Parts: sequence; C-alpha cells; structure tokens
Amino acid sequence: MAEILAVSVTGLVKTYSAQSGPSRSGPSQSGPSRSGTGRAEGSRGSGRRGRRASAAPTLRPAPFAEVSTTPATLAAPAGRGALPDGRVRAVDGLSLSVPVGSVTALLGPNGAGKTTTVEICEGFRRADAGEVRILGRDPIADAVALRPRVGVMLQAGGMYPGARAGEMLRLVAAHHRHPLDPAALLDRLGLTDSAGTPFRRLSGGQQQRLSLAMAVVGRPELVFLDEPTAGLDVAGRRTTWELIEELRTAGVTVVLTTHAMDEAERLADQVIIINHGRVVAVGSPAELTRGGAEGQLRFRAPTGLELGKLLLALPDGTTAREGPVGHYLVQGTVDPQLLAAVTAWCAGNGVLAEDLRVEQRTLEDVFVELTGSELGS
Amino acid sequence: MTAADAVGPTGRGPVGRGGAGLLDLRPAPAAATRARMFAAQTRLELILTLRRGESVLLTMIIPVGLLAFFTAVDVLPSDTEKSVDFLVPGVLALAVMSTAFTGQAIATGFERSYGVLKRLGATPLPRSILLAGKTAAVLAVEVIQLVLLLAVGFALGWDPSGGAGAVPSVLALIVLGTAAFSGLGLLMAGTLRAEATLAAANGVYLLLLLIGGVVFPLSELPGWLRAIAEVLPTAALSDGLRDVLADGDGPGVRNLVVLAVWAVVTLGLAARTFRWE
Repeated sequence: MAEILAVSVTGLVKTYSAQSGPSRSGPSQSGPSRSGTGRAEGSRGSGRRGRRASAAPTLRPAPFAEVSTTPATLAAPAGRGALPDGRVRAVDGLSLSVPVGSVTALLGPNGAGKTTTVEICEGFRRADAGEVRILGRDPIADAVALRPRVGVMLQAGGMYPGARAGEMLRLVAAHHRHPLDPAALLDRLGLTDSAGTPFRRLSGGQQQRLSLAMAVVGRPELVFLDEPTAGLDVAGRRTTWELIEELRTAGVTVVLTTHAMDEAERLADQVIIINHGRVVAVGSPAELTRGGAEGQLRFRAPTGLELGKLLLALPDGTTAREGPVGHYLVQGTVDPQLLAAVTAWCAGNGVLAEDLRVEQRTLEDVFVELTGSELGS
Repeated sequence: MTAADAVGPTGRGPVGRGGAGLLDLRPAPAAATRARMFAAQTRLELILTLRRGESVLLTMIIPVGLLAFFTAVDVLPSDTEKSVDFLVPGVLALAVMSTAFTGQAIATGFERSYGVLKRLGATPLPRSILLAGKTAAVLAVEVIQLVLLLAVGFALGWDPSGGAGAVPSVLALIVLGTAAFSGLGLLMAGTLRAEATLAAANGVYLLLLLIGGVVFPLSELPGWLRAIAEVLPTAALSDGLRDVLADGDGPGVRNLVVLAVWAVVTLGLAARTFRWE
C-alpha cells in the first residue's frame, strides 16, 4: 500500500492582484515587534552572527558569491514580479511533499511564497492551479473531515481582542473531543501568569506562544506553524523548539515556515528552500549543507597563488579558488591530510597562510548560493 | 469556567502534578460534540459582550437612562396616556436594536478584521455554530435587558395592557426584530471595514433612535419622513410592541410583515456577501 503523505503539493500556482496578498499585517499586529518585515530583525540577525562567529569569526559568505560557480541565478529570473496584467505571482509552480511524522521547514526570505503555500494547504485560499492533498484529502472540499486533524498557527491575530489568553485556549480546546489540558499547556509554554491577561495586552512573544498552544491543543496529526518563533526572545524560542521536538517524538507531523537558518537546521528532518514562489532546494539539513563538498577550508595569502599546482598536491575532487583578492577557498573532504597538504604546499612555496580555518557549509551558505540573496533581506 | 470544563471526557494525558514536559501530545484528533462547541461559543461571546464597557453602555445604560429621563421630563404631546406606558415599548425596541444590530455589527466587524473568524474557521467549529453562538449570546443579553427594563418600568409606574396574553405577541416581535437587526448588523460587519462598520452602526443607531418611534411617536414627524420611518425595522418593532403593551391589541400585521421582510432580505444578503476574513 502506497504511503499517504501528510502533505502533497504539485504544481501549485497562486497569483494576487498587486494590492492583496496574504495579510501579514492587520490591526491586531499592534506591537512594534510584529510589524511586517522589520520585526525581530535585530535579535535574529545578531543571533545568527553570533553563531557564525564561533566557527568563523571574520568570514562572511557574501564575498564569494560573485565568483561562485554555483547557480546563483537559478531562481532569480522566475521572479515574484508583476505579471503583464498587474498581478503578482506569489507561488509559481511549487511542488513539495511531507512524509507523515516528519518536521519540515519551509525556508525562505519574506515574500518567498511560504505563507501563501501554507494557507492554501490550510484551506484558507484556493490555488489558481496545481493539486494539494492534505492527509490524502482536499483541503477545501474535505475541510470538515480535516479540521479536527490539522492544527493551525497563523502568523498573527486570530484572537478575540477582549478575550483572555486562558479563555481563548479553552475555547479552542472545547472544539475538540480529546484536547490537552489547557492549563497544563499554558504552563508548558510559560503562559500561566498571563492566562488572565487580555490578548491585546500580551507581548508579541506571548501572543506567539498562545497561538502555538491553540494549534496543538486539539491533539492534531498535522500542524502548520507559520513563523512560530518570529519575535520571540531566546527563552521563548527554546520553549517553542522543545515543544516542536516533542510533537515530532509523539508522531505529529509538523510543517513550519521560517527565515531563521538555525531553526531549520535544528528542527527539521526536511528543509525546503523556497524563493520567488518556487522550490529551489530540498533535503535534510545535512544533505543540503554537504552539497558538493564535505567541507571548506579558507585562508588568506598573497594574491596570485598558482592554484593549479596546489590542486596537484591535493586529493582528486578537491577544488580551490581565489575569492576576493587574497582570500582562498578550498572545498573537498576536509580531513587532517588535506589540512597538512595545504599548509605543506604553502610552506614549500614560501607562502604564509594566515587566518586558516575549517568550516562546514551552513544552510545560509546554501541559500546564498542558490538564490544570490541573503535570508531575511 | 475552570480548566476542567474544557478537558475532554476522557481526561487523557498525564497532566497536572507532573508539571512541564508531561503533555501527551500523541494525536487524538476528533471534533467535540456540536452541543459542547455551541455552549463554549455562546459562553465566551456572552462574557465578552458583558465585559465591553461600550457595549454595556449601549445596551443597558442608554436604554435605562432614556426610559428614566423621558419619563421624568414628560415630553409627550398627548395627555391621554402616561409617558412611561408609551416609553417602555419604544425603549424595548431600542434595546433589541442596540444588541442585535449595533453591538453585534461592531463586535463582528472587529472580529473579522482581527482574524478571529478566520482562525476559528480552522478549528472543527462549523460556521453555523459560530453564528448560532452569536445569536444565543444576543438573545441572552436581550433577556437581561428585558428584565432590567421591565423592572425599571414597573418602578416608574408602568402599567402594561394585555396581561399574559401579550407574551406570545411580544416574543414574536422580539424574535423577528432580532432576526432583522442581526441580518442588518452581519451584513455590515461582513462587507465593510471594521472602522466603517463602527461608524455606520453608530450612525444608524442614532438615526433609528430618532425616527424609530422610540421616545416620541411617529406622528410628530413630517409626512414624508414618517412614510420612510414606518418601513424601517425600529418603528415596526416599537409600534408593534406598543400596540400590544400599551393598547392591548395584536402586534399588527404590517409591523410583523415589515420585520419579516427585513429579516429575510438582510439575512439573505449577509449570507451571500459575508467575507470571513
């Protein structure tokens, strides 16, 4: 018997008139941390930088993009641009599949089409073309059968403005036959002290966690989490990540959108990189970061080294190039022998290799190579 | 309302004393019974309505205030009846309008713009039960209003006609009026922006208060305005209630027909045009 996928999307297309898109902004998004693209930019950016810094204090992937041989322009021309009739193509022939019991991250910058894709899967929007199956069913025609089985976390809003956090969660719990205990769930997400606070007075992070609680309280088989950690502080992110990991352990299929690399790397079994409404890469974090090379070796040295001769000293399959002037990148199976060979060759040629470091490619490197742009920009 | 109310009948899951980390997240998807969803929806809608200060002002304080004020100053032109006997039916009509139309339109408009209706659409809650819960909450508020206004009316010396026989007529009028005003309110809330709904609902409330036969009779209006007012739901409701409670007559076929037409037309239009997000 063929395995039923949790989510199967084939050839999805969705266009909008220029003004209407999936509403990421609404009156409910009052807090400064939740206003559109700028939100949480600071905290996320610094977190990422900090993380990279531990591995490679000075390296930025961008300088290499210009000389990269990888297809930086792969998806760019497809463009989420205006169509001749003034419409915008938000999703452009997108296909993906999500196995039951996995955690899948849809990764991409703002405007990549993540929310539109998820909202079509949730049955909120109708696709212009393409086929969508959720747990083997049609998200709109079979909505009544699917709703108890699918938990949804919207990017923002969705609460009665005057309702208290606990009331809202108990209401959604009452729509399900075997819900989690709302009080225990609030406790788990650190919201016990906020249970009596009206929704509009919760902080952005508290609203996010309440929204997550509402998605899982009915004990669904499949949950869609649209940017579950946007605007959260470090502790809030950790709490959310742990809950997502527990969901996976419990056999719940999770589909989340994010533009945080570390989130995708930590949580996801499968990462689907989306840009301009198309899938540009699919794989596990390890597969994606492995790419064509097991690792990278970077160093600085005077410009104009004869790399052809260096490669003769290195194993087959290793590549080397000079990025910005005086910066060298060696890609291949990075092991002690490779490191020794490179430094020996430099020594033999009277060259001092400075700032030499070994690093794994990150999802961010992959993303930059595939799309030619940085995430979140 | 305690957390225990919302726990499923099985009460599954090792929750409670164990504290964090012991939630049973294993899938157990199923919709609750319609009765449970209806009860939960109604309860929260009612709580939220009574919690909103502007809603209490609109539905309770203004009608009671108008009743007391106009009874005291006695602006009525006719000396043939006590002003409180004239005012109670009119203020009852105003109360129904304020709850079913104004309050419901504003609340629903903002719920739509805040994404509440969209979010609840992703739970097993059917839209019919969402609307039924709203209607039940409206009816519950109307019961509170009715009790309050009748008590104040009696305290002010109100002497209704018709006796117990008036009750079915009054209920029929209130139910039809509620349907007509709900239709009008949901029609606005489902099509206009929340801010526009807020302005329009308040404007219409004021207009219908003035030309709805609430605090003075339609006969005081110029002929052309009176002709318009007579086909509006407020006048039909206040006139019908007055026929029953002040004059001891039936509700009047014309009043019932006006309300029924408004109900059918507005509910029909609302059902066709309502946008959930």
